[in-house]
Amino acid sequence: MIELQRVSKRYPNGREALTNVSFFVDRGEMVFVTGRSGAGKSTLLKLIALLERPSRGTVSVNGRNLGALKARHIPAFRRQIGVVFQDHKLLADRPVFDNVALPLVVAGAPFPEISKRVRAALDQVGLLGKERMLPMELSVGEQQRVGIARAVAGKPALIVADEPTGNLDPELSIEVMRLFKRFRDVGVTVLVATHDQHIVREFGSREIMLDSGEMRGGDPDPLPSLVANR
Amino acid sequence: MSPATLAIRHAQALLGALGRLARSPLATVFTLLVIGLALTLPAALGLLVTNAEVATGGFTQAVDMSVYLKSGVSLQRAQRLAERARTIPGVQSVTVISATQGLREFRKYSGFGAALDALHSNPLPNVLHIVPQPRASSAVDLERLRHDLAAWPAVDMVQLDAQWALRFNAILGVLRRLVSTAAVLLGAGVLAVVGNTIRLEILNRRAEIEVTKLVGGSNAFVRRPFLYTGMLYGLGGAVLAWLILEAVLIGLTGPVARLAQLYGSGFVLTGLTGRQCGELFGGGLALGWLGAWVSAHRHLRNIEPRA
Repeated sequence: MIELQRVSKRYPNGREALTNVSFFVDRGEMVFVTGRSGAGKSTLLKLIALLERPSRGTVSVNGRNLGALKARHIPAFRRQIGVVFQDHKLLADRPVFDNVALPLVVAGAPFPEISKRVRAALDQVGLLGKERMLPMELSVGEQQRVGIARAVAGKPALIVADEPTGNLDPELSIEVMRLFKRFRDVGVTVLVATHDQHIVREFGSREIMLDSGEMRGGDPDPLPSLVANR
Repeated sequence: MSPATLAIRHAQALLGALGRLARSPLATVFTLLVIGLALTLPAALGLLVTNAEVATGGFTQAVDMSVYLKSGVSLQRAQRLAERARTIPGVQSVTVISATQGLREFRKYSGFGAALDALHSNPLPNVLHIVPQPRASSAVDLERLRHDLAAWPAVDMVQLDAQWALRFNAILGVLRRLVSTAAVLLGAGVLAVVGNTIRLEILNRRAEIEVTKLVGGSNAFVRRPFLYTGMLYGLGGAVLAWLILEAVLIGLTGPVARLAQLYGSGFVLTGLTGRQCGELFGGGLALGWLGAWVSAHRHLRNIEPRA
């Protein structure tokens, strides 16, 4: 599902955020990207969500080399993945329903289907009945779950989450992670960046550990044979 | 994407644009007013020209020609020449003014009666007074008619009493050029106003645009509501310009009627024709769309999602 080959990212200010990172994530797998703040977790996720381009190396998602993707195909690509942000990036002046519906509206879904899928997504994150509320009227945990509902409303094959539990207390964090695990259980590939070691241990999923932009432990070998067969 | 989906998206964009304009009525009204006034000026100048053309249509009765026949040409021959002149296309009426009749009038109006008595014979020739049809009264038509008549062997000279008509047509020509110049300049003004308004709105809605792109909104999807906003501004401004013009016309009707009466004319001011209205509304719509498109194209591409 996701494949990075010798990927490096240097920002225009000269800071090297990632150095020679290679890994492979299979379809339906749930993987944690861990490391301290500034280790390169966010950069890694941005490369996969095509919010940044690598300086060197190739990133492939769903069998597509993102480096070869033309600008006009980027919107269609983004509709295939669900992204969850630490600051959830909700539209403050729109009710919960509109926020969750946005990816479906953008994709041109007919209204009855939008309505159905928004409700289904909100049901999955336990927020059914709060469609008409504004994000400000919800708790931080609920806001984060609205962000997750928005990411899954379009039924993406891949969910990428950047510190989705960063602002949550341990109990809520576990709850949110269980949510991601449920999506994994129905075949969705999930990539979660977190600095919370407690959560990683609790869920026992595979871990890609970053330290100052380089991979530590985990599986440093990108399994070239597997890659070549794709 | 199916046509139905596309139609739904356009309807959504249109309704969204209408909703946003309605939510800030004061700003919307001021923008519309600026655009409306900018469109009013060229439209008003255009109306001035059409009305002047209509008004002079009545005055062309005064455009006439005096054809002086050679002194040896008899009155009978003058009558035959008059018959012939009546058959020329574009000629409305021909009157023969005999030398005797001419002398009588000259004696009456000139005050040279005593001097004329000293003459042994009548020095005046027979004259044909020709009035052209109004539709054949343009400078070119009159000049052609004058040229044709002057070529007749019996004609000594043709005097075209229409210098003022030629000048008036030249003035109309200047006005027409002024209309197109004003239209171009003020059209550019409308482009700038719409473009800047759209630019501000894009900046205001930056977060929304960013998130929309983040979840896969294409440039066309993000741009569409702004294009509709621009078109609504342009069309609204054009409708406003039309209303302003109608109000001005109502205010002018009385004074113009009094003026026309003094000139013995039944001239009445006319408003924009259906076709001119169509041009005004279509022009406003096109300018709004273009201004919005240029602005959206420039500013939207700079907004890329940053996580």
